[in-house]
Amino acid sequence: MTTAQPPRVAAGAIAAGALLALTACGAGGDAADASPQDGGTLRYGLSAVPICPDPQQASQNQAVYIARQVVDSLTDQDPETGEIVPWLAESWEVNPELTEFTFHLRDGVTFSDGTGLNAESVQKNFDAIAGDFSPFAPLGSSFLAGYAETRVDEDLTATVVFESPNAQFLQATSTFSLGLVADATLQAAPEDRCRGEVIGSGPFTFGEFVADQSVTVERRDGYAWGSSLFERDGEAYLEAIEFTVVPESGVRSGSLASDQLDAISDVLPQDEPAIEAADGTILTVANPGVAFGFQPNVEDPILSDPAVRAALIPAIDRQEIVDVVLGDRFHAATSPLAHLTPGWTDLSDRLGHDPQAAADQLEAAGWTEGADGIREKDGRPLRVKVIFGEAFSASQTVLELVQQQLKAVGVDLDVQQLPAADMTAATEAGDYALYFSNLSRTDPDILRRTFSTDFANVNRRGADAELDGLLEAQLSEPDTEARYAIVAEVQEVLLDRAYHVPLFELSQAIGTGANVHGLAFDASARLQFHDVWLAG
Amino acid sequence: MARYLIGRAAAAALVLWAAFTVAFVLLRFLPGDAIGARISPEEQGSISSDQLAALRERYGLGESMIVQYGQSLLDALRGDFGFSLATGAPVGEAIAEALPHTLALAGAALLIAVVLGAGTALGAVYTERPWLRQFLLGLPPVGVSVPTFWVGLLLIQTVSFQWGLLPAMGNKGFESLILPAATLALPTAAVIAQVLAKSLTETWEKAYVDTARAKGASRGRILLRHALRNAAMPTLTLAGVTAGNLLAGSVVVETVFSRIGIGRMTQLAVASRDLPVLQGLVLLAAAVFVTVSLAVDLAHPLIDPRTARAGAQEGRTA
Repeated sequence: MTTAQPPRVAAGAIAAGALLALTACGAGGDAADASPQDGGTLRYGLSAVPICPDPQQASQNQAVYIARQVVDSLTDQDPETGEIVPWLAESWEVNPELTEFTFHLRDGVTFSDGTGLNAESVQKNFDAIAGDFSPFAPLGSSFLAGYAETRVDEDLTATVVFESPNAQFLQATSTFSLGLVADATLQAAPEDRCRGEVIGSGPFTFGEFVADQSVTVERRDGYAWGSSLFERDGEAYLEAIEFTVVPESGVRSGSLASDQLDAISDVLPQDEPAIEAADGTILTVANPGVAFGFQPNVEDPILSDPAVRAALIPAIDRQEIVDVVLGDRFHAATSPLAHLTPGWTDLSDRLGHDPQAAADQLEAAGWTEGADGIREKDGRPLRVKVIFGEAFSASQTVLELVQQQLKAVGVDLDVQQLPAADMTAATEAGDYALYFSNLSRTDPDILRRTFSTDFANVNRRGADAELDGLLEAQLSEPDTEARYAIVAEVQEVLLDRAYHVPLFELSQAIGTGANVHGLAFDASARLQFHDVWLAG
Repeated sequence: MARYLIGRAAAAALVLWAAFTVAFVLLRFLPGDAIGARISPEEQGSISSDQLAALRERYGLGESMIVQYGQSLLDALRGDFGFSLATGAPVGEAIAEALPHTLALAGAALLIAVVLGAGTALGAVYTERPWLRQFLLGLPPVGVSVPTFWVGLLLIQTVSFQWGLLPAMGNKGFESLILPAATLALPTAAVIAQVLAKSLTETWEKAYVDTARAKGASRGRILLRHALRNAAMPTLTLAGVTAGNLLAGSVVVETVFSRIGIGRMTQLAVASRDLPVLQGLVLLAAAVFVTVSLAVDLAHPLIDPRTARAGAQEGRTA
């Protein structure tokens, strides 16, 4: 094994403007006129019941906001540069084949039950996530794809070994999904872990847990091993954070404005004036990962024709979606990847609005204008069903606009929102023509997770030598620039085949009161509360 | 009387069993299952079918319907309602935790509703000013038709956000109970006012009211001493429906006011296809109905002695 500098996995590719957007999101900015102070409980309003806030099981944003606070990760990722920097691991080496990752852990780290965090902890955690626990840890287990073992070289040195190259792994060690938990937690039942029985080494520990209502995390006394990105060494400022579920958006923003809450999730555009009038701040961040868009089901009798799928791309006016429905915090999609994802390539010239081209393509594919403006072929109307879940509150409105845009070229879009359970059932059965979703991640490997046939394969496509080859190749390419070149090709191919019809990028909006300082998004667009403090 | 009670208890058990069975069958017709619901919307497109299969196996969702039904019925008889598929908590415990909050909410709402409803009805019959009567009689239809969530949001906006008098959310203390209870009370108060005003007006035409009037009793005394007692029966009979309304209303009210309780639990359990929890909640609702109607039947003789005599005679002859 050769010693190498930590590869700057994401460094080069993030556009400068994107960096500004990320750095501009530090909250309640005026640190100059007040000095940080300890203490206080921050009252946070969640927009939905957090689904299982165990860091290794969580995937829903609201749950992640809680889960992120109780565990530390081996590494952290600088939101400004994308660089991977030390956290629990002081340094690391990667072999040139990208199959062995050796981490040198910081000394003196303990879990909140007093047990030490060492190389064996890394081994036990990763063994579990890649093994028996994998059904409960869909994110973490996908990061550990091809996992062979973790070798305990020394008490504080662990080497994670993969059977095949794994270019995305180092970035993955910075995520909450691969955050480390104590042995006691690894032995606990998954359901108990969902109810807050999680012991981590993070700056906060689980306190009171009221199902469906509130979760409190309390400051960990003696915490002294924060990420190298934290501004303050040592313990967090806040004594506790009380996360309360407040489903009504108007109630959340009103509570923030009337000082019944200090920070809230998912601020809607119509609630912004009330918050700003009360001297509150809105933090926004564009999520990296796969942009919101349609994944066509290629088994669908209509969409099995690539020409019909391709015609959907120019039929959509992406800028109108942003202007009319979402507001200026959001960005029109410029590729299947969102623009803050390392490896993103700008394909906006292929995503222009050209209804005439769309109509011509459909005409050429044999779909001719029917009586009511909807195209027909052999007596069958050009009707496609799109399904989507409850992930994003504006989905329905966006899709109603898209429905009008498609109607203009003679396509009848049938918009169906489904509860989570029905959504999973429909996905398994392939009961849809278009699948509307997004997936956040700060590494382009998210393309493999979304479009490979190894996972859910929402496209229901068969083998595709070129695309499958590229998706695998980016995972084993050690050189970052070369890897991003492959990723760029993947994005092109996805549009060539019309396996993805990009629409817009997800943005999050967090509202904070005038008294809240230092709240910021991490590189994965999740909240980190270690440096947050409350003024007077 | 004992025989009567045993009969009622047997009928109640039958109702509970029927509710359990119907719920079991109907809930199985919902598309999707709790394992699917566990997957967050972001993840749905990317979890593999192997992972889903492993989860289903763990939670025994692979068993046949008959086996699942028999098992859960046996468990329910033993007082074991299983575990929530969404949170892993024992269903009995979870319901026991949420129930006091909803009982407090519903109790406070009922109190407000009775005072408000009866007050409106009595006022409407008592007053001799036609315009005031028309106004008071016009209130109940408005109260019934105004959506609960709108009233809740309006109260939050004004009382909590603008005047800062009461908290907008949560379950902490008496203060947090006032706004949601008032919101929940409104439709119930309207129903009580409507029914009571109607029967009071009818009673007002009865001969004994004329007699009382002829004897020189005051309008207020006739209303409270004679007419109300007779007119209360139809309203009391509504109690079962009222209990149902309060339970149903708590779904909306508890969500708007960010409270935990049975209503919120029901909404979440439906969304997450948490069948054990739903099963438990259906049984709870059935039990509430059965208990309330039994209580109403037992209370009838106290208000109307004629039903007491009828019951006693039945007891003697049987």
